Amino acid sequence: MTSWNDVGKTLTLTLDEEELTRCMRCGFCLPACPTYRETGREAASPRGRIALMKAVHEGRMIPDSSFQKQMDFCLGCRACESDCPADVHFGHLLEQSRAAIVSHAPSPTWKKYMRKFFFHALIPHRRRLRLVGAFLALYQRSGIQRLLHRSGLSKWLMPSHLQQVDEVLPLASPYGIRERVTTERLPAIGTPLGRVALFQGCIMDVLFAKTNHNTAKVLQAAGYDVIISKSQTCCGALHAHSGEEEKARLLAQQNIKGFQGIDIDWIVSNAGGCGAHLIDYPYLLKDDPQWATAAQSFAHRIKDVSELLVDGHSLNLQPIHERVTYQDSCHLRNGMKVIKEPRTLLNTIPEIDYIELVESDRCCGSAGIYNLTHPQTSQQLLDEKMQHLHHTRAAILVTSNPGCLIQMKVGIQRAGLENHMRAVHLVDLLIESMEGDRT
Amino acid sequence: MLTPELKSELTTILGAEYVCDDMESCISYSYDATPLYQAIPDGIVFPKNTEEIQRILRLAHQHHIPIIGRGSGTNLAADTVPTQGGIVMVMTRLNQIIEIDTDNLTITVQPGVLTQTIHNAVEAKQLFYPPDPSSMKISTIGGNIAEGSGGLRGLKYGTTRDYVLGLEAVLANGEVIRTGGKLYKDVAGYDLTRLLVGSEGTLAIITEATLKLIPLPETRRAMVAHYADLDTAARAVSAIISARIIPCTLEFMDQGTIQVVEDYAQIGLPRDMAAILLIEQDGPHLLVEQDITKLHQICLDSGATHIEVAQTSADGTQLMAARRNALSALARLRPTLILEDITVPRSQIAPMVRSITEISRRYDLTICTFGHAGDGNLHPTILTDARNSEEITRVEKALADMFATAIRLGGTITGEHGVGLAKAPFLEWKVGRTGIVALQGIKNALDPTGILNPGKIFTQVPTEQEGTKK
Repeated sequence: MTSWNDVGKTLTLTLDEEELTRCMRCGFCLPACPTYRETGREAASPRGRIALMKAVHEGRMIPDSSFQKQMDFCLGCRACESDCPADVHFGHLLEQSRAAIVSHAPSPTWKKYMRKFFFHALIPHRRRLRLVGAFLALYQRSGIQRLLHRSGLSKWLMPSHLQQVDEVLPLASPYGIRERVTTERLPAIGTPLGRVALFQGCIMDVLFAKTNHNTAKVLQAAGYDVIISKSQTCCGALHAHSGEEEKARLLAQQNIKGFQGIDIDWIVSNAGGCGAHLIDYPYLLKDDPQWATAAQSFAHRIKDVSELLVDGHSLNLQPIHERVTYQDSCHLRNGMKVIKEPRTLLNTIPEIDYIELVESDRCCGSAGIYNLTHPQTSQQLLDEKMQHLHHTRAAILVTSNPGCLIQMKVGIQRAGLENHMRAVHLVDLLIESMEGDRT
Repeated sequence: MLTPELKSELTTILGAEYVCDDMESCISYSYDATPLYQAIPDGIVFPKNTEEIQRILRLAHQHHIPIIGRGSGTNLAADTVPTQGGIVMVMTRLNQIIEIDTDNLTITVQPGVLTQTIHNAVEAKQLFYPPDPSSMKISTIGGNIAEGSGGLRGLKYGTTRDYVLGLEAVLANGEVIRTGGKLYKDVAGYDLTRLLVGSEGTLAIITEATLKLIPLPETRRAMVAHYADLDTAARAVSAIISARIIPCTLEFMDQGTIQVVEDYAQIGLPRDMAAILLIEQDGPHLLVEQDITKLHQICLDSGATHIEVAQTSADGTQLMAARRNALSALARLRPTLILEDITVPRSQIAPMVRSITEISRRYDLTICTFGHAGDGNLHPTILTDARNSEEITRVEKALADMFATAIRLGGTITGEHGVGLAKAPFLEWKVGRTGIVALQGIKNALDPTGILNPGKIFTQVPTEQEGTKK
């Protein structure tokens, strides 16, 4: 049974009333909000969206397709949370709203099947993702991709934004971290500081498997025993952000269970989007007493790789004679509150010419799958970002999340800067510096 | 909802994209930053220039439709809540800096320019626009002018009204008026510029402003002083001013605020102190050094138990963190935060703060007080829950008592937030019957049909003041 009335009724029950009431409407979130800046409309601001949710929650408004449009238009970057004096967790309210819409709003059947395929049948399954990785690798390496783009056929087959993503996508690999590392434990170099399980992620392990491998290597060098655990699945961030709340809960439970039996001090993430969601498991499972304690102790173990590296043995880094800048991953910054660590690490590289990027705290427009669902806004944000980047005259742009990384690669291509600038993951640059590639 | 005729006329003026009356838009323009107030407008318009505003006002004048001018909606007097319905006119598309005149030291801007944008633009040219309301990252200059906003630097530099040299505004009948100019001296007729500053959207819609700029101070230094009792802190404030030193900020936090901020931010504030003063001076290096040395001595002489002077500007930022964290810390404590704005003569700060403490006990409420000690502008902040109607009744009684006390001490009901809806019932306490009649006379002269922000400043139901006979 689906109807807008049901969405309203559900939201009356599921929206977190405490969060809604805590918003004091001061408006301090407005300047942080990318969609408010783009449109100038209050409804497209966090304060406006909360007012809409509150109206629905109190039964003063029946949600409709424009309500949905507004909730979908939000990037979910959570920059508003960082500027909120009252500590409103906007991300939670957004997820609750989207969940009610996904389960109760009228939606065309093809969309439902597409969601089912993507969120349920593909993303959470490592083997199927590996298979996709293999096909993608074949497509990229066999010349089909080149043929498509050279011949202009891609213009017929793909929407322009997908074409751009396709052009910059790193070479996919049929080999994930587990295929690359044969043992389950990679020993620390020097005095061991602790045992760390690598959270390998879903997309990360297909498109950035090498970064996963590098993460393990750099952690070893910093003094951590790295555990490659088999019993883990997708973190469920994409699900939670897209309103697939039930599936997100199941994935959370699977992960909590998966890491329970392993003797570790921390679980390390190298993707801000995953990390921020992993530390939020306690909230996701708050209504389930059976999981509450386990979720707490799971969340306490989550660290971003940069946090552990800053606390670890100093790395043996070789000089990099380049200008380098850093774009925050929104969820690493606003969700995990990891801001200083990546910058500190970059500044430990000898000879590096680090420059702070103007508005590095602003979303690049990648925002999970936002670049696919809202290509126009996404590209607007990206073009603004590229202007700021252009001014830095940096040769290397560092980020710490796979989505941001792909988006920045698209941006560099769009701005015609591919001969002057490259985008890399923080961990990959550290490995470059350790191996002295660029000296 | 707008009537179809009105909507089509507005659409002719603005284009369909800039006229809204759907539920979603109406709800999102039904509030501002003032707790407890909300009302749904009939529609919202987004004009781009003075001419469009003229045409909208002519239309509104003809049909007797309320027009509520709005910037970013961050005021704390419910001034942009459309209590009588009508059309909310959002000014944020008029967002151009028209000119920075370095010969006359002025900046001319459209009303939708953000206050922070003005700061950035002029500071890049080593110039300074001092008014700094807490919401300046998002507040518009039009809103600042309409509210007569203040800020932390009020003591030394004055408030918005001291920087507005000239205005262009559209009157209720759609005619354009230009007041003042790039002039420091101008006594041609009544001072309409000053009249429009702080008029809260009830007299005209401001469409352009020329603001005064001053040279950017060379440097700044901060210090903090702790006091074991309130009177000593208050005496220090008076002593500083008596010593002919005017710091650029002279902020005060009471014990309640100190404890809440410390719980939240853990920055090493003294939980057992009755008050702290946060002081900052700016200007040329030598003078700042001199003043800070004197300030240090004055605080010492006045009985401060601990004094810390920032050695670098980064240290200064650290010291001022206590003040910057105040709102966040307080906001997390209870769901609803009511930020009041009474102002008393500097010499009355201690009695006022004591009285607030007494009122909070009388009504069993949590009230933390911080504010601009230098100019006597205090922000007693009531922490409550809007859903608890019994508590809200006590809050209302406490507010009335606070206003009465402030006035008795020679103060006012609002220093920098405005009257709006929230304080309209108390305005007469401050200005008296004759004052109200005079204000109403001005209102009627400029807006005879009463379409500009009706229900604000004036009320049909004034609160009776206890102990006064009419």
